[in-house]
This record gives sequence, C-alpha cells and structure tokens, in this order.
Amino acid sequence: MKQKNWKELPHAGTILEAGNANDYKTGSWRSLKPRWIEENCIQCLFCWIYCPDSAVLVKDEKMIGYDYDHCKGCGVCAMECPGKKGNKAIVMEEEGK
Amino acid sequence: MGVTTTKTVAVTGNQAVAEALRQLNPDVMPAYPITPSTGIMESFTSFVSNGKVDTETILVESEHSAMSACIGASAAGGRVATATSAQGLALMWEMLHIASGYRLPILMALVNRALSAPLNIHGDHSDGMGMRDCGWIQLFSENAQEAYDNTIMAYRIAEHKDVRLPIAVNMDGFIISHSIESMQFIPDAEVKKFVGDYIAIDPLLDLDNPKSIGALVLPDYYMEHKRAQHEAMVNAKKVIQDVSAEFAKLFGRKYDLFESYRLEDAEVVLVALNSAAGTIKDEVDRYREKGVKAGLLKPRVFRPFPYEEIGAALRNAKAVCVMDRADSYGGFGPMFMEIAPAVFPYRQGPSLFNKIYGLGGRDLMPLDVDKVIDETIEVAKTGKVKAVKEYITVRN
Repeated sequence: MKQKNWKELPHAGTILEAGNANDYKTGSWRSLKPRWIEENCIQCLFCWIYCPDSAVLVKDEKMIGYDYDHCKGCGVCAMECPGKKGNKAIVMEEEGK
Repeated sequence: MGVTTTKTVAVTGNQAVAEALRQLNPDVMPAYPITPSTGIMESFTSFVSNGKVDTETILVESEHSAMSACIGASAAGGRVATATSAQGLALMWEMLHIASGYRLPILMALVNRALSAPLNIHGDHSDGMGMRDCGWIQLFSENAQEAYDNTIMAYRIAEHKDVRLPIAVNMDGFIISHSIESMQFIPDAEVKKFVGDYIAIDPLLDLDNPKSIGALVLPDYYMEHKRAQHEAMVNAKKVIQDVSAEFAKLFGRKYDLFESYRLEDAEVVLVALNSAAGTIKDEVDRYREKGVKAGLLKPRVFRPFPYEEIGAALRNAKAVCVMDRADSYGGFGPMFMEIAPAVFPYRQGPSLFNKIYGLGGRDLMPLDVDKVIDETIEVAKTGKVKAVKEYITVRN
C-alpha cells in the first residue's frame, strides 16, 4: 500500500472508520501462544470475559478456539482458566514450537 | 459598513478579557484559577451564576485537568476557553501539545507571570515563552484594549479551516490584569455577528459517525502529522492578517502581525512585547523631539513568528536592541533568538544586542528605557556592541 504524504492525512489524524483496529493484526506480536484443550474445558467462558483483545471465539455460547490474527499471547485466559479437576483447559506454549 | 463607536469604560485587564469571554459565550470553560488570572474566572463565573452566558464551567482539581477537560470538550465538538498563569500553564504543558496535535481551536487567556523558583506572582513572560514549541498560536497585548480585541479575534483565527489550532492571548500580569484603564467594548450583537457560529470538524458527539482521536502513530507516520501541523501554523499568519483587517474595518482599531511605532525612518530601534511597549513609546517620542531617529517594533504574533515581515521592517535600522522580559539561562532572551534569524538574511542589517529586563514583575521605568536608547544610539554610531546579552534593571 502506498503511504500517504503529509498533505493527504485526515485532519488531526482522526480515525473516521469505526472498528478498524480489526484490520491491524496484533497476532504478530505474540511470543507465547494459548492452546485450548477441549476435554478440560467446562465452558465457563472466563477466557472470553477476560481476553483484552476479543480473540476468544465463541459460537452458540460455547468457546470454540482462538482468533490467532489478534491474540497477542498475553496469557490472561490461561491464568484465569479454572480447568476441570485441576487440569487447565488453556496452556501457554512457545510460539513456533 | 460604519465603524462602531461605544462609550468608553474603565476596567482592569482581567475584567476586559472576562467581558470578551462573556460575549464569545463558549460552550465549556474548565479552569483552575491562579493569580494573576483569577479575576477572569471570578468575573466569568458570576456571569454564569447570573445567567448571562450559556457556558458550563468546570472547576477541576489542577491545571493539568483543566487543559484535559478543554481537550475533551473541544474534541466533543464544543467551543472552549480557559484562563491561567505561570505555574498553572507549566502544569498544563503536557496537554498543550495534545491540544495542538489534535488540532483543537481552544482559547486560552494567559495572564503572564514569572515562573517559580523563587516564587513570584508578578508579571514577566517566562510562562508564555515556555510554551513556544507547544504548537499554540500566541498573541501578545500591550494593554486591556488589545487583550480584549485579541480575545474577540481569537476564535476567528483559531477556528479557520486552514488553521484549526489552539490560541493563547497574553497580557502582563498585574501591570495590565489588575490596572484600571479606559477602553471600549464592542456591542454584544456585533461581537456575535463577527465571531459567528462554531462548526466543529469531526466532533466525537456526532454519534452517527463514530470515530477515534488520539490513536498511536509510529515512525512511519508521525513526521507527516508534524509537518501538517507546521503548515497550519504557517497558514495562520495570513488568517491573522485577514481577520485583523476585517476587525479594523468593522470596529476601527488596526492590528497587524506587529506594531511599528515611528519605525519607518528609524535608525535606533527597540523591540519589546506587551506593556513595556507603552513606556518605550513615550521615550521614543522624547528622543524624536531631540532629533534622534528612534523607533519601536512591538511584536503582536509570537507564533507563528513573522520572520520575513520583521526582517524587512528592521533591515534599514543601524542598531536594534531586543528587550526580553524572560530569559534562557545560558542562552539569549527568547525574543532575541527570533529577531536574530529575522534579520539574518540581510548582510548589511543592523547591529543587534539583547537586554533582559523586568523579570518577576520588576518595573521598567522611563529612565531605564533612556539608557537603552542611549546605548543603541552609540551602537548605531560605532557599529560596536559591548555585550550581546546584558541584564538591565538589576543590581550589579
């Protein structure tokens, strides 16, 4: 994409297109990746509530996985996950492992 | 269109600016009153209490918050003003850059006062000069009349589509803010007509068109934003001249980027801002009577600084003394640092030197001005400057 010059910028740098943060792939920042272990998941949706980047995908009120384009790998979901009988349903793993 | 005449009134500088603000009737006015600008808010809040304005005043917990509230209200789409001095302005410093970076046409009445330490409440220009690089348009006013007129013109300049920058109107603390002078107010209806309605650009409260302001900008775009901001400031120069010309046509008082007082054929020139210019004009007259070709250049617009115009006005002078009521320790006075590049293109330009005077509200008396004029005459004759920077009105 050709970058705009200083005469072409929107006034005061205001972003006029609502929700365009979706176009910015924060997933590339990630060094740790959450892995969802479905058999340990009790569908409490704590991960969905706590995710700061709306990267937990939910369908029909059930956790179904991650939007890895936007998950920054902060690990909050894994920290909050209560798991089942002491076994976490979300674990953080090294990216590229 | 006839020139408006109104009856002459006797008011303080603060009352004059408060009256201008009443007539401008801003939507929001956040402030944390501080000496010597307190009188502006004192008068203005009584206008609010008595239903004379529609303004919502916000009494905040600090000046940082005052400017933050100004930014929020202006971004929301309102016409916004505030008033402050010295430490108050210093505490706003971070937010001053944000106001200009967001291109919000906020109006500030800045009653100039010395910065602490040592703690001092009296008038000098260290506060105003400290905001030089904050991206605000800066107008300076010799007396209550000029402070009033500059305030009336401020929104027209700041809100112009080619500008859209915040603006500060300066006047000297106590010397002007607390002294009663005779001056003239413009009738309310004519101010209203002159200023017009405010049309915000991309206001946040336009809920049908949601938007974000203040997003992170990384090295790939930051510099383009700053370049655009400089252009807005460059554009402001012509807008100030146009608005001033319209003001003169309607109300009879003429303003330009700077005032030239007996400057046309002057060989010996003093440069000074604000109230000291009044004293200097008297002394210029006295020297003219003695046959000395003395003159004064009083800048009105400090940002954007009119380098070409001031350079052209000073190029034929033999000696110019730039008088600064603020200092840059280890450097020259801030006005000197503007005048030097203004005359730089003229290889045969005047000899230039710098006097620091009146810090912390110390008086500049007619005899002090005479000494400066005498030295400038000597420099004009010999072409030799004894000391480029020197302090006057100080005990040695």
